[in-house]
Amino acid sequence: MPESIIVGLDGSESSGRAADAAADAARRHGLRLVLVCVVPWSPYSFTTAEENERRSVEKAREAAAAQDRVLDPVIARLSAAGDLQMEGIVRHGHPAETLVGVAREHDAAWITVGRVGQSRVRTLLFGSTPSSLIQLSPVPVLVVP
Amino acid sequence: MSSDSVLAASFDEQVDGFVAPVFDWITEKVFYAVPLDFIDEGVELPLIVVWLVIAGFFFTIYLRGFQFRAFRHAIQLIRGRYDDPRDAGEVTHFQALATAVSGTVGLGNIAGVAIAISLGGPGATLWMILAGLLGMCTKGVECTLGVKYRNVYPDGRVSGGPMYYLTKGLREKDPRLGTLGKVLAILFCIFTLGGAVGGGNMFQANQAFNQAQSVTGGADGPLGFGAAGAVFGLVLALLVGAVIIGGIRSIARVTDKLVPFMAVFYVLACLTVLFANLTQIPEALWAIVSQAFTPEAGYGGIVGVLIQGFRRAAFSNEAGLGSAAIAHSAVKTEEPATEGHVAVLEPFIDTVVICTMTALAIVITGTYADTSSDAGVETTSAAFETVVDWFPIVLAVAVILFAYSTMLAWSYYGLKAATYLFGESMVVDRTWKLIFCLFVVIGASSTVESVIGFSDSMIFLMSLPNIVGLYILARVVKREINGYRTRLETGEIVPVSERT
Repeated sequence: MPESIIVGLDGSESSGRAADAAADAARRHGLRLVLVCVVPWSPYSFTTAEENERRSVEKAREAAAAQDRVLDPVIARLSAAGDLQMEGIVRHGHPAETLVGVAREHDAAWITVGRVGQSRVRTLLFGSTPSSLIQLSPVPVLVVP
Repeated sequence: MSSDSVLAASFDEQVDGFVAPVFDWITEKVFYAVPLDFIDEGVELPLIVVWLVIAGFFFTIYLRGFQFRAFRHAIQLIRGRYDDPRDAGEVTHFQALATAVSGTVGLGNIAGVAIAISLGGPGATLWMILAGLLGMCTKGVECTLGVKYRNVYPDGRVSGGPMYYLTKGLREKDPRLGTLGKVLAILFCIFTLGGAVGGGNMFQANQAFNQAQSVTGGADGPLGFGAAGAVFGLVLALLVGAVIIGGIRSIARVTDKLVPFMAVFYVLACLTVLFANLTQIPEALWAIVSQAFTPEAGYGGIVGVLIQGFRRAAFSNEAGLGSAAIAHSAVKTEEPATEGHVAVLEPFIDTVVICTMTALAIVITGTYADTSSDAGVETTSAAFETVVDWFPIVLAVAVILFAYSTMLAWSYYGLKAATYLFGESMVVDRTWKLIFCLFVVIGASSTVESVIGFSDSMIFLMSLPNIVGLYILARVVKREINGYRTRLETGEIVPVSERT
């Protein structure tokens, strides 16, 4: 039996609605809610020596910012009712791949994400997290507009 | 004559009058060459090249061909097979290697190879490759030590380099070596400052301007006027300053993306030349191998050819200078030997792959035999032009980009040397960066031969304290590398996918 629902958060309005939808479902099915914020990062990007020197510091700063600005507000809002089991996770990596990894670790029933509001050109060039998730995910993906 | 060109001319005169004798004296000492007239007239053996090559030989034998044993695992490491997923977001092996490579790939790969073949014939290529293979081992040794003795500052920053393994490593080995370590570290830093403004800056700026001028029509083109060098230098200095002082990352990011792209394009251009002359490849390869041992007359016999190949390889891949140890040190790893493995790929990419490509293109098209112009970027450019007429323009863009990324890398090496000598402070940081930008202008506008020779020689002085340190710490490296390899072979260290 799956135990959790994964929600991918990026601070956008639609990802907030995704969290609400997932919270409703979690209550109905008695599942745990795992809120994930992925800081986009690639092990193969090119960096300068000065950036490399500060990378550990930057990673900590990015993770703290993701926690404060993206995860904590949603956790505060959803935990007001006091009837949900919740966990917040910050990771660095490819957003879709990382969400799939977390879904595997937490035995997820499905993954919920918001539909990203990026431009068509951007989507054409780089793809979007929901569309890559659909390609990669071992569990159903729910995209909230 | 505009006031700018008067200024430029008077600067050159000043240099000529006061500094040139000093510069020439240093250049002469660094590149002190034993005349080998008994072999052929004019054949000389520069001792600094001997120093670098012997280090490569010594470590290759001492570590039983580490660079060849390390190769397969190095590839696995840069592919992230051994990276802990919890370390996502930190500096990966790939990134450390890419940063180091962008600092070394440059004019040596384009101009240096052309000079080697013009002076030593096709056979120089074989010796260049051999020197590259030896340099791989020296790099592995430097970078293992760089990571082992690096500094992790209280605020979380990570940096290392020869100055730290010279002080910490020597003191750890024997407290009585502490003073020697300190002296070597200080010498290393002084030479690094010189190398950074010289070979890592002025030489690059100068060659970049020459290329820009030559593709825009030479002295008659838009960059032909008197103060063009100063103006070009000023623009280049602003671009460098924007990144290193202004912290405008977007420019650095664009360069970081363009440089690997240009490197790939460069190799593709070389391959195009090779494919266009497919039938001549066996003949060219035969020339490279046979003339390495029995060169045609005029190339100084086997020793003359060997020296040319070794010299240009050493100048191109920087193995033994210690610069790479600074670039590789920020990698996220608990095992210093992992970066030693990865670092062997750097001279491989630089010398064995890219330099060899240039060499093949030059040998196949025969442009090295043309003595109407000086050997250098022009020779490579001419080789490219025989196949596609707009390739020289792309080459010029590549040269300028390579020069720019090399300058960014060396500004960092210099900064690390400056903060080691004068302490970590904003004043030291800003002063160094401003001086660095100033030298971009001087380098681009200078036409004085002695400045260029001097800037080249300072870089090679770095190898004196660095390699002394490598010999003293040879046992430490051996223990580190063998210990790691043993754990790898016994299965104590396994890829992430096999961990439980």
